[in-house]
This record gives sequence, C-alpha cells and structure tokens, in this order.
Amino acid sequence: MTVVDRHDIRVSGVPGAQPIVFAHGFGCDQHMWRHVAPRFEDAFTVVTFDHVGAGGSDLAAYDPVRYGTLDGYAQDVLEIVRKLDLRDVVLVGHSVSAMIGVLAVAAEPDRFDKLVLVGPSPRYLDDDGYTGGFTRADVAELLESLDSNYLGWSSAMAPVIMGNVDRPELGAELTASFCRTDPDIARRFARVTFLSDNRADLARVPVPTLVLQCTDDVIAPVAVGQYVRDAIPGARMVLLDATGHCPNLSAPEATTAAIAGFVRAGHP
Amino acid sequence: MLDDRVPCGYLSTTPDGVLVRVNATFLAWTGHRREDLVGRRRFVDLLPVGGRIYHETHYAPALRLQGTAREIALEVVCADGRRLPVLVNSVLERDADGTPRLIRTAVFDATERRRYEQEMLAATRRAEASEARAVELAQTLQQTLIPPTPPQVPGLDVAAAYRPAGDGRHVGGDFYDVFQVATDDWVVVLGDVQGKGVEAAVVTALARHTVRAAAVDHDAPRQVLHTLDQVLRGAATDRFCTAVLARLRRTDGTWRASVACAGHPLPLLRPSAGHPAPVGRHGPLLGVFPQPVFSDTEVTLAPGDTLVLFTDGVTEGRHRRGELYGNDRLAAVVAEHRGPAADVTDAILADVLRYQSGDARDDIAVVTVAVL
Repeated sequence: MTVVDRHDIRVSGVPGAQPIVFAHGFGCDQHMWRHVAPRFEDAFTVVTFDHVGAGGSDLAAYDPVRYGTLDGYAQDVLEIVRKLDLRDVVLVGHSVSAMIGVLAVAAEPDRFDKLVLVGPSPRYLDDDGYTGGFTRADVAELLESLDSNYLGWSSAMAPVIMGNVDRPELGAELTASFCRTDPDIARRFARVTFLSDNRADLARVPVPTLVLQCTDDVIAPVAVGQYVRDAIPGARMVLLDATGHCPNLSAPEATTAAIAGFVRAGHP
Repeated sequence: MLDDRVPCGYLSTTPDGVLVRVNATFLAWTGHRREDLVGRRRFVDLLPVGGRIYHETHYAPALRLQGTAREIALEVVCADGRRLPVLVNSVLERDADGTPRLIRTAVFDATERRRYEQEMLAATRRAEASEARAVELAQTLQQTLIPPTPPQVPGLDVAAAYRPAGDGRHVGGDFYDVFQVATDDWVVVLGDVQGKGVEAAVVTALARHTVRAAAVDHDAPRQVLHTLDQVLRGAATDRFCTAVLARLRRTDGTWRASVACAGHPLPLLRPSAGHPAPVGRHGPLLGVFPQPVFSDTEVTLAPGDTLVLFTDGVTEGRHRRGELYGNDRLAAVVAEHRGPAADVTDAILADVLRYQSGDARDDIAVVTVAVL
C-alpha cells in the first residue's frame, strides 16, 4: 500500500506549478473541497487527499497508536508532501486539519510557503481565561454519543446524500463516498480532535498564515479564530460572511476568493 | 393553526438556520418557549455537540446540495436539558432565481426507535465480543495443534508451513508434528482430519498424541498408523483422518526413512540429482475400516535428498476455472527449488496460493526434510 493509495490522493492542475494541498476536517473527506480546489487548477498543482479512516482511504492503515495524537496525522501530511516531492507548498487545512497543518508546517517549515487555516481551533475545551466554545460536559457528551449511538453516525449517515436524477453532477462516486467515515475510527478521531491542545504550537508557525473565520461558526467561534491569528506570528484573518463551520461548502465563492487573495500574490 | 395540531414537530428557518416558525407540538415536546426561539436561535443551537458537528458536516451540506435531507437521526436539547431523540426531514425552498429562501423541517419523536436501536447495538456488541472470543479460542487451540517452529534436528534441515483455510476464524483439520524418539531417531507426521472446528480439533489432538505415544512402542510407521486407527475407531467420533508418517533414523552417518501412508497423498522424494517422485504405498483411511493394512517403504537418503510431506490442500487447490493444482505442478516447484528446506516450503505455499488467487478453500500443510 503506497502513500498515494493510503490517502486516495488526487492531483490535478498545472504539473510543476506551485502546489496547493487541501486537507479535510473531522467527519468529512476530500469531497469537502470540491467547490474550492478546482478553482486553483489554472495556476497550481492541486492536491486533495483523505485522512486515514475517511473517504476512500485505506482503513487497514489505521493504527490507533500513530493516530492517537494529531502528530500522526501531521506525519501523514509530511509523507504525502515528500512522496509527491512537493516544495513551496501552500497548505490549506479545514477544521481539525488546521491544527494538523500547524504541526506539519512547524515540523518541516522548509517545505511550506503559506498556511491557510479554515475554521481553526487549537483547543475546543474551555480553559482558564480561554474560551474554546466547548465545556467538558459538551465533549463528554459528544464522545459518548459517538460511542453509544453510532447508528446515527454510520448507517444513518450514509444515505444523507442520495442519488438525484435532477442533479447529474452528483455522480455515483460522490453519493457513494461523501464523507464516508468508519465509525470506530471516527470515535477515536473525535477523541483526539476534541481533547487536543495545540495552543503552544501556534507560535512555531514560521510561514505567512491566513485564518479564515466564519461569522457564525458553532464549532469554532470568532474569538477562537482571533486567538489563532494573534498567536501565530504575522498571521492575518479574514472574516467570512458565512454561517456554519464549513464555508468550503456553504460559501465556496467567498472561501475561494479569500484563499486566492492570499496565495495568488505573485501568480498570474 | 393547522401546524400546531399536527402530531409532529414543525419548524421553518431562514437559509442560515434562524428559527422563523415553531409549532406547538415541538414546543410541547421540548419545553421551549416560542419567544425564546423565534428570531433568536438557530436550529443547530438546539442540538448537542455531536449533532452540531453532524449538522455542519452532513445535514446542512446535503440540504444545500440536493434540497432535501431525510430521516436524519438527531437529538434535540430540551429546555430542561433533557435530550429528545428525533428523526428529521427537511426541504430547502428556493426563490424563482434559485436563491435559498426557507428551510422547512418536520421533527418526529424517535424515543422508542432510539431505545430499540440501542438494544440492537448492545446485541451487536455482545455478538461481536462473543465472535472475538471464539476466534481467539480457535487460534489458541490451533497453536496447540501445530508446533510453532519445527525442532532443530542434527543432520537434517526441517521446515514446515501451515495455513488454515479462509480468514483464520476456524480451527483447521490439518496437523503435523516433528519429534524425537531417541538419538538419531525422529518421526515426522502430517495428517488431515475430516472437517473443521472444535470437533475436528479434538480428533486432531487425539491423533497427534496417539502418534507420539505409539512411536515409542513401535518402530515401524505402519504399526503406529495401526494403533492410531484403533484409537480413532474406539473414540466417540465419526470423523476419519488421513496421515503420512516418516521415521528417520541415522546409522553410521546415513539417514534412512521408513514411510507409511493412510489415505493420504504420498510424499515426494527429490534426490539431490534427479526428479521428484512419490515415495511409499497408498493405504486406507484411518478410523473407518475394520481390518486396514498399512505398509512401510524404506528408502536411503543421501545428502541433498529432500522429502516433502503435504496435505491435499496443496494438490487439490483449485484454480478459478476449477482446475486442480495437481501433483505435476507440485513436483515442478520441488524440482525447481534446490535451496534450504524453508525455501522449498515457502515456494510451494506461495505457488499454491497464487494458483488459487490467494483464496485457499482448504487448509494447507507442508513439511520439508532435507538431508544435510
């Protein structure tokens, strides 16, 4: 099993051009980027992939020890970047992949040119003097709900996207795999995601960074986005007039424009 | 209003999810007050954290993508903090120009259904745990029937391979054993008990221990097989067994093998220079016939000679088109590989697995003995 198969890596765009790598968040897969990533194919080498446990990834590659911390996922990003021999990379991470991106860039800064964090949160749990937006009880309930009610997260999840003859662009491939998540892995990934604390890692990001924050995000509130902006040296923040945690789906135009404004400097 | 009397919750929200209308049924179920919800809260605000993430990553995208979302299992947080399990159907209405205008949502109380699901889930978990224990038991049992590694025999190079059919969840019926009776006096036995599972494993254990005990009292392999036959017929089982037994003795520096067979494929002997050929004479199955007669075949082994014992999982391995692997293919692999016993064994296993596209329907056991 190669790295390419393990992550169902897809490469498009201009061969040899500056690479832009899109990393999806918890409960999603690379289809999350389908309205955004193609918009960069004119001038970039565009890479999308699935984290192990999501989408078309190789479930057999899931190792509870490796993926017991976000570092394991960051190692995967680095392996992908090395395997494809990408340099000068623009890394775009949504949700938990924002912190995975922070860890990857901090570990091997020479590979990366810029970092885009969409709806980032370095710490979901509230803490002394810090508002993450989640109480311990919230997270305990989330983990419990994943534990006890995985019917809601597995069998009931699959048919959310159904075939639709009126919308041929929803191909069979998309309906079959949209945000397909292995329930057992999702449970473990949730634990890692919602119990991590990466606040101290933010200062280690040495590349230009853009925070994309939705005005009304139930998962990562504006205050958290501001915290990330302030903690990463020189980072900027764009407040997207979008509701929800997935502007890549709910506001793809605005998301694309904000990313483009940040990364296209110096590009035609 | 009609809305208020329908026996399901009904909500409408802006495309961003802000509640515009809430019916009396929903309020009665959840204990929320209309004035606390309408214009103030979004639907997603009424969900616990897990539901919010699900809403953001699946529910809302599905609604935007296809205009409807159906039978979404969620919980609603009631005014007193209680969770109400619900099933939710939503439609997204658009203006004439396609701009999202309104989301209409029907909410069904799913308390009973959720309880039923929890019971099913608990039953599934119990079944999975039980299955896992059974697999563990099978594997432990299997390990007691197959020596983990063949012993080191001075003057001989011995290697063995065993691969149970299927996914390893069941105890196979093949077995082998290599043990010492006295100095320069060894027994190699390989057999196949009919069937699989625990009952076959009981017979396998009986056969293995009987051979060990009988080999002490009897020099000739045919006598050992005779004892095994009597024990099997006396045992409370209908299962029969095949076996091949080779006794290897070294006198004045020369190895001699005495081979007896019971309903089992004859082992192949490959001389150091020459083509592999079967050795021994066929004999009857064990545990079936009243007066079976087994016979010994004596051969002298020179350095480089190799004896290969195998079960019918090798020669009766089937190709996708149904054709059997057969003796000729086996002989060709044995003829081709002249390295250490382990190489010969591995080559046979790999070839027969490849022939069956990796999906072996029967257990495969191979023991290779090469004279050093």
